[in-house]
Amino acid sequence: MKALGLKKNLAITAVLVALYFAIAYAIKINLINPFQQVNLIWMGINIILAVSLNVIVGFTGQLALGHAGFMAIGAYVSTVLTMNMGLPFFFAIVLGALAACFVGLLIGLPTLRLRGDYLAIATLGFGEIIRGLLVNIDYVGGAAGINGIPKLTNWPWLFAFTVASVLLIKNFIDSTHGRACIAIRENEIAADVMGINTTRYKVMAFSVGAFFAGIAGGLYAHYFYLIRPATFTFMRSFDALVMVVFGGLGSITGSVIAAAAVTILNATLQSLGAIRMVIYAALLVVVMIFRPQGLLGTKEFTLRTLLGKKEGVGKDAYRKQAD
Amino acid sequence: MLIVNRLTKTFGGLTAVSNVDLEIKEGELIGLIGPNGAGKTTVFNLLTGVYLPSSGEMAFEGKSLARLKPYQITARGVSRTFQNIRLFSTMTVLDNVKVAYHWHDRYSVANAFLRLPGYFRGEKKTTRAAMELLEVFGLAQKAEELAKNLPYGEQRHLEIARALAANPRLLLLDEPAAGMNPQETQELMDLIAQIRQQFNLTILLIEHDMSLVMKICERIYVLDYGKVIAEGVPAEIKQNPRVIEAYLGREA
Amino acid sequence: MGFAPSSCFIYFSGSHRGESMELFFAQFLNGISLGSIYALIALGYTMVYGIIQLINFAHGEILMVGAFVGFFAITIFGFNLFFAMLLAMLASVILGVLIERVAYKPLRGSGRLAVLITAIGMSLLLQNGGLQILGTSYQAFPQVIPKKAFHFLGDKITITSYQLLILAVTIVMMLFLNYIVNKTKTGKAMRAVSHDRDAALMMGINVDNIISVTFAIGSAFAAVAGVLLGLYYQTVHPLMGLMPGLKAFVAAVLGGIGIIPGAMAGGFLLGIIEALVSGYWSTTYRDVVVFAILIIILIVKPSGLFGKDTGEKV
Repeated sequence: MKALGLKKNLAITAVLVALYFAIAYAIKINLINPFQQVNLIWMGINIILAVSLNVIVGFTGQLALGHAGFMAIGAYVSTVLTMNMGLPFFFAIVLGALAACFVGLLIGLPTLRLRGDYLAIATLGFGEIIRGLLVNIDYVGGAAGINGIPKLTNWPWLFAFTVASVLLIKNFIDSTHGRACIAIRENEIAADVMGINTTRYKVMAFSVGAFFAGIAGGLYAHYFYLIRPATFTFMRSFDALVMVVFGGLGSITGSVIAAAAVTILNATLQSLGAIRMVIYAALLVVVMIFRPQGLLGTKEFTLRTLLGKKEGVGKDAYRKQAD
Repeated sequence: MLIVNRLTKTFGGLTAVSNVDLEIKEGELIGLIGPNGAGKTTVFNLLTGVYLPSSGEMAFEGKSLARLKPYQITARGVSRTFQNIRLFSTMTVLDNVKVAYHWHDRYSVANAFLRLPGYFRGEKKTTRAAMELLEVFGLAQKAEELAKNLPYGEQRHLEIARALAANPRLLLLDEPAAGMNPQETQELMDLIAQIRQQFNLTILLIEHDMSLVMKICERIYVLDYGKVIAEGVPAEIKQNPRVIEAYLGREA
Repeated sequence: MGFAPSSCFIYFSGSHRGESMELFFAQFLNGISLGSIYALIALGYTMVYGIIQLINFAHGEILMVGAFVGFFAITIFGFNLFFAMLLAMLASVILGVLIERVAYKPLRGSGRLAVLITAIGMSLLLQNGGLQILGTSYQAFPQVIPKKAFHFLGDKITITSYQLLILAVTIVMMLFLNYIVNKTKTGKAMRAVSHDRDAALMMGINVDNIISVTFAIGSAFAAVAGVLLGLYYQTVHPLMGLMPGLKAFVAAVLGGIGIIPGAMAGGFLLGIIEALVSGYWSTTYRDVVVFAILIIILIVKPSGLFGKDTGEKV
């Protein structure tokens, strides 16, 4: 067991290091052109968004549609910190994420008593409230937003934040705290009776998701020059949800793959012009009708599954959300 | 150990449990029986905080349970199984049990996120404890299987194992032998006797199988239409005309 | 992927901030008009939710399609308002039932999340299909009736012909719905399915048909609301259904989801609140207040103003 674990970690580290340098080199020699670089950045942001939303929706089983709101908080706070306070990029991103986490905590406490569809609509409402409040704050430019944000997000930072986010979330899910979250998804009453403070863990999942959505927001703001309240509509939350569902509810690797695939799909379909969104939406409906558990199914892709060994937590974790 | 006083639960206009009194002493094995719909499971749901009582009191080891949430009651030392199995079905057998260790044996969130030494120590400890428990129930070889893939009888065993992992002093078993054949039922009775000894348990048991109840319970409460209609040792209960009527009246 | 919330708020009665009474009545009447439209939309949400517990996110787009059909009926075919509305209703009913049959019905029995995502997907599909086919610009909705203002109490209260029209149409539609739900066999069956689907099935009710009928009625109401919204804002746009749709859902929750009178009351209440916030505070806080109301009601009384609290079953 232990030897395999060590080998696995070494293998993953090797793959990640190779990936990092390969892409860094490809950027340097212009093999990845500026348009593709934009998509590379999007890929990292989408991976963080999808994996963090999966903590709430996929692992804890709570349907949340306000992820864009947390992304907005991360984006605005980190931007104010770098532009107005002159804080270093790293600290600005982390503080922005903490702010999103804090708001997630505030929102989570009252709303997470709600169930199912009501929670979905309440979180959607919160996302819109956050956006509406931003419109009214002159300090951050109101509806016009903030522009001229320094372009601090680059490949090394993006890579570091993405890998760290996915790893930290994986560690959380594979711990006693993550098991508590999954138990809530599996059977809330049984989880409660087995001693899990279900409200506490729902709020925790919500805050963890919000924290990493905040990171994604910070990375976004510091690459795309401009942030406006209209950037963070509920359609953005929905994008993340689509990736989570495509990748499988409760599969971290699934979310990573789906986020990357959707980003590439977005970029590929972009050449088709405006009809891209029509195809995208139609595809979504068709996938849901014929494969409601998500395109990639529900498994966790690991070296162990590749080696044909049995898999633990997370495998086949999709279940009906109906109560 | 457990004192229940005039416990009542109404749903809208319907009274499911009415003025129920129970008293359980440490180390006892008590049966709770009654016809279908008599309110037995509702009593369990009240005792474990799944429902809030409409009125009445319940105290465990001298402390009231009446307004507590389920997880708080578990922390006082009461655990249970469910009549309609409520396992964490797409988690492994091992993880099902490990979930129940969470409340009394866990490491910090920081340990989890950063995989600090506390994480490894904690996981090792709960895994070992959980495996020992699974050994008792003959489930150790199936530790890595998903709970939903177990055969029915083993799912029932896993429910009891999980309840024990929550470290209870009072264990509530809701129809543990439901759907089992006589041989499986016999094995289950032996198992209950064994864990009672080994874990120093007081047990309250709902059961439909009269032979099982009569054989292993020291005292029995009979519930009908939400009310306690009889209480006593098995021999007395067998003779009690009200009990006979409650059962024969509707079930024969 | 962004969308522009319907931000063009057009006041029919000139609001002079000097006269407080005048402002109040002007905003109040504005609120009644807007509230009527919300109520009509909310009815569709609440009926569908009552029957299959689905937030039909595509409802706002069914409204948009109805508004455009009405718009074309008037501008291209020269229909009068009445026949334009009928045609709009027909188109929306077909669309609504089609969506239910094609997208939602196959998912009955699978997870809630899948159906909810399909609903959002349908909404996206119609929005973007609309943008593709109908273009991205706002189109001016024609004046179908003469614009007149009626004055009361020595000019303190001004009611426009449009406000009267919207209110009158809404009242007629509500009476019509009341008749269907309470006096017809179909209505009885709808109530039965909403109360207990399995029991209704056992009583020999064709549940699938009733669900379709519910979508049909809801869609017809959305079409009327769409045409009225076109009149109210004097424009139509492929994304016009999005925000009113969300807000009407808030109205349905406010009144108590699944409760028909609740949706009506919730719609009116929300419209009035929104108009008063716009008039006395700022239009930029309008949406914040609407969604804040949603959160408050969900936390304080999730069953809504008209709902009964029912205990959860284990």
